[in-house]
Amino acid sequence: MSEMKIVSGNYAAAYGSKLSRAEVVAAYPITPQTEVVEKIAQLVAEGEMDAEFIKVESEHSAMAASIAASNAGARAFTATSAHGLALMHELLMWASGARLPVVMTNINRAMGPPWSVWADHHDTLAQKGTGQLQFFCENNQEVLDSVIMAYKICEDEEIMLPAMIVEDAFILSHTKEPVEIYDQELVDDFLPSYDPDYKLDVDQPLGFGSLGMPDWYMDFRYKIFEAMEKVPEKVEEVNQEFKEVFGRDPGGLIEEYKTDGVDVLIVTMGSISSTSKDVIDELREEGHNIGLARLRTFRPFPVEKFRELIKGVNVVGVLDRNYTFGHGGDAAREIKDAIYGHHEPIVKDYIVGLGGRDLTPKILKNIMEDAIALQDKGLDKEIEWVDLKVNQKRWRR
Amino acid sequence: MIEIRFHGRGGQGSVIASELLARAAFAEEKDVQSFPMYGVERRGAPVTAFTRIDENVVRDKSKIHTPDIVIVLDMALLDSVDVTEGLKPDGKIILNTGKPPEEVDLGVDNPKYTVDASEIAVKHGLGSKVAPIVNTAILGAVVKATGIVDIETLVDVIKEHAPAKKEENAKAAEEAYEKVRGEKDE
Repeated sequence: MSEMKIVSGNYAAAYGSKLSRAEVVAAYPITPQTEVVEKIAQLVAEGEMDAEFIKVESEHSAMAASIAASNAGARAFTATSAHGLALMHELLMWASGARLPVVMTNINRAMGPPWSVWADHHDTLAQKGTGQLQFFCENNQEVLDSVIMAYKICEDEEIMLPAMIVEDAFILSHTKEPVEIYDQELVDDFLPSYDPDYKLDVDQPLGFGSLGMPDWYMDFRYKIFEAMEKVPEKVEEVNQEFKEVFGRDPGGLIEEYKTDGVDVLIVTMGSISSTSKDVIDELREEGHNIGLARLRTFRPFPVEKFRELIKGVNVVGVLDRNYTFGHGGDAAREIKDAIYGHHEPIVKDYIVGLGGRDLTPKILKNIMEDAIALQDKGLDKEIEWVDLKVNQKRWRR
Repeated sequence: MIEIRFHGRGGQGSVIASELLARAAFAEEKDVQSFPMYGVERRGAPVTAFTRIDENVVRDKSKIHTPDIVIVLDMALLDSVDVTEGLKPDGKIILNTGKPPEEVDLGVDNPKYTVDASEIAVKHGLGSKVAPIVNTAILGAVVKATGIVDIETLVDVIKEHAPAKKEENAKAAEEAYEKVRGEKDE
């Protein structure tokens, strides 16, 4: 029987891996991810989860062990955060290059220095070029749902790529809210066991990780390009099937919240989206034609879907909970890239909530009102840092 | 929406209290959210925890800045923490002290309720005299003072989810429910 439980985002990730029948879990603890592996270790120790739990000496080894397990035909899961993810960098590319559908949870935490354990998307977005599919979650239910869906997407023989399910530090990882923990049989029907065509097998020896000479390497990359091109359709397809089986719509590539025929479109990722929906409702009641697009899938970037979404829109206000050194936030840049040469509304990039800085409904409303005002006055500033100590007065009012 | 803020010290059970209250409200079919204000916590340091309760889906994921209810598990915190910060004008304050409410001066006019949760906790074997675990006792007082949930619901939730000494914790909540005093009760 499915059951509603009050659980943290970390426990939701652990239950997601259990329901997905992950067979090998290798992880190294780091705040704020620690509870994910603690819970999995407990489930395994108590015999509730049939998996091999491997204690490793670093995140680099955690991903290496996950890769080996996946290569041997096991469903592998791991979890990390910030500096742990950065240490995995080399192996993130190995997992995608070797076409291994390892699924992991990354708890979005700011990179130091200065040291911070709080929410920020920079850690994940700095890994956007590693071949991982990236799914941003709005609440704890979606964390659990996304782990299950990720295996289904990643293990599809046309895809065969790894994925990261990401959730905001503390705002989701340590916040407890009601989450439906599905009946195992329901999940088993939705997600068949993992059975790859090629795996490490002593009876049928094969070579893995071999040399790619210049006359072949490029074609391997092209095959990943082809797979990535197929992901958006697969994400929507699996989302639809999930909806039919579990009665819940996680949102596919982009969740559209009251976007029909809007003049102003706000784009968010992760937990900010949830608070923002309350603000969107408030502004719509005040007569503003505004809606919200929640970017759920960041890799691959849902280019086509975005082009559709901005048709007729005057202003796109992008809330970037990241600053990836060099220009502005990553989401705004990707969006501009996606719409270049198509309909081109004003795009303003708001840098918000870095290192866990709180985003109250009031600050979010100030941002959205600023975006609305751009319709008359035009773009005043390409990149706006919101609620800094130096400009606090303007944004908090 | 009802927003609640707990002030305690590491080891007193503030985070568990915020969670038990959320569970009780959820058992009464409300939507809930419970979360700690995370620093990098250790025993004895000031801890803040929060609970949100609503008839509708709770979507706000920001911190709680204007609580409806403030709960103080340790009176010594009053020297270092502004416990009434942002408290709504009609918001209630529940304090762990043996003093009657009118003898506690917080510099605000909000209704105050007091209960000697430390004494009740020690009596029921929860923690030691030096470091009593007062979270379940204070919750009994909160339920009486605010009526957020029924005491029966709270007691059931404590019996199911208290990390240890379930019966003792439930009794502490029941006793505090009976003993809490409001300013106009005298």
